[in-house]
Amino acid sequence: MSEPRAFMKNSMVQLTLVRFREFIREPEAVFWTFVFPILLAAGLGIAFRQRGPDKLQVGVLNGAPASADVVQALKKDSTLVVGSYDDSAGARALRTGKITLLVAPTAVRDSVRYVYDPARGEAGNARVIVDRAVQVAAGRADPVRVSDSYVTEPGSRYIDFLIPGLLGMNLMGSSIWGLGFAIVTARSKKLLKRLMATPMSRYQYLLSFLCSRLVFLILEVATLVGFGHWAFGVPLRGSLVTLLLICLLAALSFGGLGLLTASRAKTTEAVSGIMNFIMLPMWIFSGVFFSSANFPDAVQPFIRLLPLTAVNDALRANMLEGTSLAALSPQILVILTWGVVTFFAALKLFRWR
Amino acid sequence: MVTVPDSSIPALRVQGLRKAYADVVAVDGLDLQVEAGECFGLLGPNGAGKTTTIEICEGLLPSDSGSVEVLGRRWESNAKELRELLGIQLQDTQLTEKLTVDETLTLFQSFYRQPREVGEVIDQVELGEKRFSRVGTLSGGQKQRLAVACALVGDPQLLFLDEPTTGLDPQSRRQLWDLISKFQAEGRTIVLTTHYMEEAERLCDRVAIVDHGHVIALGSPRELTESLDVSHLPPPEPRKTTATLEDVFVSLTGRTLRDE
Repeated sequence: MSEPRAFMKNSMVQLTLVRFREFIREPEAVFWTFVFPILLAAGLGIAFRQRGPDKLQVGVLNGAPASADVVQALKKDSTLVVGSYDDSAGARALRTGKITLLVAPTAVRDSVRYVYDPARGEAGNARVIVDRAVQVAAGRADPVRVSDSYVTEPGSRYIDFLIPGLLGMNLMGSSIWGLGFAIVTARSKKLLKRLMATPMSRYQYLLSFLCSRLVFLILEVATLVGFGHWAFGVPLRGSLVTLLLICLLAALSFGGLGLLTASRAKTTEAVSGIMNFIMLPMWIFSGVFFSSANFPDAVQPFIRLLPLTAVNDALRANMLEGTSLAALSPQILVILTWGVVTFFAALKLFRWR
Repeated sequence: MVTVPDSSIPALRVQGLRKAYADVVAVDGLDLQVEAGECFGLLGPNGAGKTTTIEICEGLLPSDSGSVEVLGRRWESNAKELRELLGIQLQDTQLTEKLTVDETLTLFQSFYRQPREVGEVIDQVELGEKRFSRVGTLSGGQKQRLAVACALVGDPQLLFLDEPTTGLDPQSRRQLWDLISKFQAEGRTIVLTTHYMEEAERLCDRVAIVDHGHVIALGSPRELTESLDVSHLPPPEPRKTTATLEDVFVSLTGRTLRDE
């Protein structure tokens, strides 16, 4: 084992290398494992990002001597979107709700008229903002100096909820698809049978899948969590070691589930069906895209027993609240139980031919 | 690294073998003995039980009853040791297309305690030019040679080949015949199944004709052809030469392998 050549000829090393090569040489698999979750996170993160106060659409009637000055004054306020209208167009814009308020400068100097429907909620708001801008432009000085501070705490946004959920979903998907497909393909192509005719250790064969999963796992966690942290400032409040440990246990646990789904199926079509049957309920119930608290209380105990729920809860607690490993023991117990039970069931049921 | 096996122990001894599937009895009281150093052919129509018999001998299928002794050992007690000593080519294995020839053989090599060098086996099956090509890009003949290379890389004493030349062009077929003959010349044993009578005549010291799960004729190809009572057969077409059509084809097209 001391020299590299001997190491490279070790069957465990070779089997694990084969897993790597099979994965890397399948561009689709690389896309779904690494690129897709990031695209999904980016898309949802942007769609549900925190927006500032809505901009108010207002209009200025042109034709009066002061019209241009009023437009200039209103444009200085970033919460207003200003348009210039003639008589009939202004009336129509107001009527159809395109603008909430129309400013009509009068022929008399230093005099304006505000045209709006007081029953519309934002019209009163627009009146206040427009009037402030007009008065300030005319030289009004505010006696009190004010400053604003906005509350957008990282950790309470949708993207913060989403990233740990996507990570959990990804860990489940790559374990179950990765193992299920590779094993069933080998079985359907009689490759499994051919390998059984060699002195290859069956235990090493199954272990090689878990070994390669662990290496890809680190890459998966790093890309998704790194992306969330870099692009959206998703917090990492708990220990990174704990985070990695949760991911590791999750990958092994889902690996057991993947092995079980692949233990008897003879065709990839059959195993796809089984995998979707197993994963679909968890995508819905385990709080990936929305909180599982939305489901009725009666089903909550069952939802909590799903492995993906435990993984997502543990990941969120670690990343968003900095919860310690000890406090996560209920979730860890659920994850471990699933892993051990499915792994031994798979060994019992596994069809080598 | 040639270890000449004890020639007094038969390479394969099968007695009263029986194997039934849900709807059909595949092997029904089959007896067989293959001597060490022999090239032995199992002939028979499709569904005669050849593949089932071979897979039981390879330790891939359990039998219902009967005894199988391979190189003096039994699967029940010496499975691990036997897998080291056997080289196997299955009828329809598809090796991983994403791996190269070299990677595939290095993987198989890693399973054996005393394997052969990958490069040497690749040269032997004449895949040198394809060594670093993906398996998915190989032709049918090249894939078949790779399958045989996987069987050879463990440096086996006994080689099981299940229809090794089915679907191959005459060049690839002759190349495999040469390989089998060389393997046998090193004192090792081959058990093969085939549908080509000419192949059996050329390669096999003895053949067994199997039908309905048991042996219906056994002997050297010459013994079997001479034992045939030809008096009631229709007279053969008069032939100018004793060569077969395949001989003519090969003499015209050459023995160079045509893979692309």
